[in-house]
Amino acid sequence: MSENVKKEKDLTAEIKDLVVEFRTDYGTVQALNGMEIEIERGQTLGLVGETGAGKTTTGLSLLRLIPDPPGVIVSGSIKLDGKDILQMDEKEMQKLRGKAVAMIFQDPMTSLDPVMTVEDQIAEVIRLHEEGSKQDHLKRAREMLELVGIPGTRGSEYPHQFSGGMKQRVVIAMALACNPELLIADEPTTALDVTIQAQVLEMMKGLRDKYNTSMLMITHDLGIVAEICDKVSVVYAGRVIEHGTLEDIFENTRHPYTEGLFNSLPNLEDRQAQLKPIKGLMPDPSNLPKGCAFCPRCDYAMEICKTEKPKRVYRNETHYVECHLYNKDNIQEGKVGKR
Amino acid sequence: MSNASATNGNAQVSVKKKSQIADTWKRLCRNKTAMLGLVIVILLVLIALLSPVVFDYDTEIIKTDYSNTLQWPSAEHPFGTDELGRDILKRTMYATTISLSIGVVTVIVALTLGLVLGASAGYFGGKTDMVIMRIMDIFLAIPGTLLAICIVASLGNSIPNLVIAQAIASTPTFARVVRGAVLTVRGADYVEAARAIGAKDATIIFHDVLPNSLAPIIVQTTLQVASVILSIAGLSFLGLGIPAPTPEWGAMLSAARSYIRDYSYMCMFPGCAIMITILALNLLGDGLRDALDPRLR
Repeated sequence: MSENVKKEKDLTAEIKDLVVEFRTDYGTVQALNGMEIEIERGQTLGLVGETGAGKTTTGLSLLRLIPDPPGVIVSGSIKLDGKDILQMDEKEMQKLRGKAVAMIFQDPMTSLDPVMTVEDQIAEVIRLHEEGSKQDHLKRAREMLELVGIPGTRGSEYPHQFSGGMKQRVVIAMALACNPELLIADEPTTALDVTIQAQVLEMMKGLRDKYNTSMLMITHDLGIVAEICDKVSVVYAGRVIEHGTLEDIFENTRHPYTEGLFNSLPNLEDRQAQLKPIKGLMPDPSNLPKGCAFCPRCDYAMEICKTEKPKRVYRNETHYVECHLYNKDNIQEGKVGKR
Repeated sequence: MSNASATNGNAQVSVKKKSQIADTWKRLCRNKTAMLGLVIVILLVLIALLSPVVFDYDTEIIKTDYSNTLQWPSAEHPFGTDELGRDILKRTMYATTISLSIGVVTVIVALTLGLVLGASAGYFGGKTDMVIMRIMDIFLAIPGTLLAICIVASLGNSIPNLVIAQAIASTPTFARVVRGAVLTVRGADYVEAARAIGAKDATIIFHDVLPNSLAPIIVQTTLQVASVILSIAGLSFLGLGIPAPTPEWGAMLSAARSYIRDYSYMCMFPGCAIMITILALNLLGDGLRDALDPRLR
């Protein structure tokens, strides 16, 4: 593979060693601890992890929309198309948001303005970033609606006149209106029921391929990851603990946490099998363990895990894991239990 | 196909846009007391608009007629005449124009100031909020009437000065209401979403935040008109409001005060006018509050 040399990669987005803290009166919450992601052009990266792992914070940081205060970007770099957005001023950022990067929020019920018609809301994105008359923008807005499978005539209706799935389509239409290079989808289907989830996912996939949009898919649903992503980063306590292609992660699971995620899924073939949820809860992000953050919940924990942070070990060019179980010599053989 | 549907949709735009207002209107219609208030307010507005057209100010409103003083209500003078022989009905009606227009103008001024200050305080938060709201608190700590008296006493009592005095006294109330409304909307997902599409602060405030916080502002506006009219009547009663020959309910009451024993009708009519106006505006305000409250939908 030519991906050996990093410089040759065509990256739409790159986050390096990002540390984000939320400084509140009750202590400092370490939301991201050296977060690292890379999204290649036209590819989809899945960001998987539990609630509170820092997935949404990562997504928001790409738009530089981390609420400040209390959020503070302590260190690291965020690059979009090779440009460091942390160096940009607010005006430049406003030009970028919605144009180069767009975000689909988790809950379509609340992310649309209740007093604006949906076509006006879509037209607003276009108006903010493109020239043209109001009529042109409205026409484009209706085309976008048709594109996501909503009759253009319904554009003059208000959000409360749409069902949940339809609203999420509107939100997607809004996000894609200016043809962004990067689409951040923050659990876009969590608020939808299963049949609609499939439809919306299918549609997103189609539109992504059509426009060659890069995508960051934030989710906790491994099914969605398998469906739509090219690569997966498993996030735990604000850090990527395992990263690889779909195959790397699904077939050659290395990290005990990733294994735990798979074990938490019900198995249709063996209905007698008990679910094996990961014991315990995410560590308190304002008081992270000294060693490996997953150590208190890990079945394989060793003494070293309590005191030392694990280093990154590569299995191949695309797959790495941060866990004390592995070193250069034994990374090829999996250590965690077979599913 | 898409072309046809697009033109079709354009025709629907205006119809659908009204749906929310129509909804509110329907709910307001169901509220009988609010409708009573609305009818009276409309009548008062009509009186206010027509009085300057129908009556000649110089000959019918302020001209004294010593042959006709202190007449009890009769067919010729339904409300009677005052100590200077002026027709009380005409003066009461003409005073509606004065009171309502001052009330409305004052509230528009106060609302504009309150919107700008309250919206900035609520939206930007932090130091901006702190500075603006503490200044508003200082103004709130001074009794409104006292503040108005001070301003009128130092600038002289004329109608513009009255408007300024009342507007300054009402601004903090609006700023607080607007700030509160904006605060509840500011954290909404769609505001975050607006930021994520690259909207500027001003766009977000005027497109998303303010339209969503209109309900309490409309209610406050209606109620504040009533309160301003009452304050002006009070100031005029004290001799600090509208200068002498201009008919004004408070001033008329004040003049009638010395005749209350023998000619009680003189204070009854302007008094009733004040009462009915305030009552109607408050009924309407309360009705609007109910009609606009999404929790009652």
